[in-house]
Amino acid sequence: MELVNIFVRSAFADNMIFTFFFGMCSYLAVSKTVKTAVGLGAAVIFVLGITVPLNFLLETFILREGALAWMDTEGETTYASYDLSFLSFIMFIAVIASTVQLVEMLVEKFSPALYGALGIFLPLIAVNCAILGGALFMQQKQFNNVGEATVYGLGSGFGWFIAIVLIAAIREKIKYSHIPGPLKGVGMAFILTGLMGLGFLGFLGF
Amino acid sequence: MAINRDSNVYTLSFAAIMVVLVGGLLAFVSLSLKPIQKANQTNEKMQNILQAIGIEETATVSRDEAGTIFNDYVKRRITINYNGKILSDLAVNDPIKPQDKLDAFNIDIRKEYSKYIKPIMNANKGNDEKIKSELAGNENIHFPLFICENNGKKYMVTSCSGKGLWDDIWGYIGFESDGKTISGAIFDHKGETPGLGSVITEDWFEKQFRSKSIDENGYTAIQVLKPGKNLDNHQVDGISGATFTGVGVDEMMGRSMEVYYNFVKSNPEILN
Amino acid sequence: MSEETKEPLFSPKNKKLISEPININNPVTIQVLGICSALAVTVQIDNALIMSIAVMAVLVIGNVLVSLMRNAIPSKIRIIVQLVVVAALVIIVSEILKAFVYDVSKQLSVFVGLIITNCIIMGRLEAFAMGNKPWASVLDGLGNGFGYGLVLVIVAFFKEVFGSGTITIPGFEKFHVIPQAFYDMGYENNGLMLLPPSSLIIVAVYIWVQKLKNPELIDEQGS
Repeated sequence: MELVNIFVRSAFADNMIFTFFFGMCSYLAVSKTVKTAVGLGAAVIFVLGITVPLNFLLETFILREGALAWMDTEGETTYASYDLSFLSFIMFIAVIASTVQLVEMLVEKFSPALYGALGIFLPLIAVNCAILGGALFMQQKQFNNVGEATVYGLGSGFGWFIAIVLIAAIREKIKYSHIPGPLKGVGMAFILTGLMGLGFLGFLGF
Repeated sequence: MAINRDSNVYTLSFAAIMVVLVGGLLAFVSLSLKPIQKANQTNEKMQNILQAIGIEETATVSRDEAGTIFNDYVKRRITINYNGKILSDLAVNDPIKPQDKLDAFNIDIRKEYSKYIKPIMNANKGNDEKIKSELAGNENIHFPLFICENNGKKYMVTSCSGKGLWDDIWGYIGFESDGKTISGAIFDHKGETPGLGSVITEDWFEKQFRSKSIDENGYTAIQVLKPGKNLDNHQVDGISGATFTGVGVDEMMGRSMEVYYNFVKSNPEILN
Repeated sequence: MSEETKEPLFSPKNKKLISEPININNPVTIQVLGICSALAVTVQIDNALIMSIAVMAVLVIGNVLVSLMRNAIPSKIRIIVQLVVVAALVIIVSEILKAFVYDVSKQLSVFVGLIITNCIIMGRLEAFAMGNKPWASVLDGLGNGFGYGLVLVIVAFFKEVFGSGTITIPGFEKFHVIPQAFYDMGYENNGLMLLPPSSLIIVAVYIWVQKLKNPELIDEQGS
């Protein structure tokens, strides 16, 4: 139950795009056609699903204050007193960058078809704020186990996927509408996202 | 400069030097700023507890002052569990040791909620009786309690934590020496909408709780209503536009205050 | 080194480095970079100001460092090196905020960390600092930092004034701009302005106005 809860909440109510604006840069840049949007969205789900649990383990067993307690022998507190949390940003981003690189290589080797579909998007993802945002929110939410963290990662990724596919579908159509010149392009995309965000607020119960 | 910048040796040694430099620099910054950051956190907590007493002397205490005058007011720090069993009882002379996890001051009320209470509440949604019995069965849940003194009068500061719209909310509630009448309340939140849910930290909201009572022929929870209704002695106005934060405050106070109410009832000597 | 001709510190070319990003090449509204943090911290003006200063500091220092190292950085690990420089700077900023302006750091929480992935910073490091001299990089950093801050503060201004009826400037009391008489006549703060989606719409209007004034920026092919 708890897991379903986390998934729905992270995908809809706490939607990465509509409530936190995470990953807006690539969201606006790659949402001109549905096909590419689906590709990038899938890649984000994939990477969030891997990096959030990885970073969770890192956070729980190495970075958090007292996390190193498992290295102590019975009754000692030498390691438990260390607090490495100041390193978390740099560790998270390192994990993300290297995971993305690793995933890219693995996908290229074992599934050329998938690589053809995701390939060009993977490098873009390392600097997508949604991924680092996922890690930082995971740190704040203090999940109890790695399962919850994984589901959170997948849920957030799914929310991002829905958002980018929806906006791409609208942008494909709106090309044929008469919009005031200065609003064409990014301006209209902003307004659309704002309106969709209002809709998504409904999931919170407004 | 005949170094080949594309060779592996160069790349690796560059990376190694950079890691050492950056790591050293960060460790240095972090270690030298750590004491100030820690002091900020402790002082903030002390400030919250002092302000929750609801007396004039501590109403406007600043964060930095809070650390120095904390012991002038807070005389006893007690940790109880859901059934009212005392787990730790420290007097003003006992220093606050960070290692003593049972010291009421070291109880992290947000963690108590997210780690123990939230799973129980989620698993038994809608079944209040079951939630209560499960909470009572869990010995790990701590409820900190501070006995304060001012001009010979005793006060009790309690705490509560729960969930707002986006994230955790928590608060410290002060009681008069009868253990039933609220003397002050301080709330804080992690990420409520600024300007809407975050209003729970503003004075007008917190002051409403003063002199409300949690007793009327037995325990009566404080209710947060939609704004603009007629209020009795157990009700306060909510915030327009922030219904869910209000529901959160309502829920966490209802749940936590009952524990303290029962505790004072069976240990009335604590406030004499 | 001898082929360089000495350039005045504020040559027209250098001035452009500052002025362009503020208006016609604004990082947020025209290049569409760094939006995540731009929109999420704009509920109060003081948060927006502090965030802009933090971003500007990281951007300028990062630009200088990368520009100084540009001939030493191995090309294979270029991106990682830039990320490490930025991440280290952000950690330092975040630690300083936590130690000296604790209340602000509480409100900005995760968004400070997100400066790392702020595309403006990575974008400027990669596109500008890797190929230019330190002084030009400083100016470029300042210009983009200002451009970013300008949008943030303008958005925050509208959100705060219409959402809460106040203006918050760091170091001062909250300043109530809507007179009490208005409230007595039935005016109410628009809570919707405080919610996330309204920042998007304000930015859109900003883009509209900006492109109306500079018609050459209009994207006719856009969708």
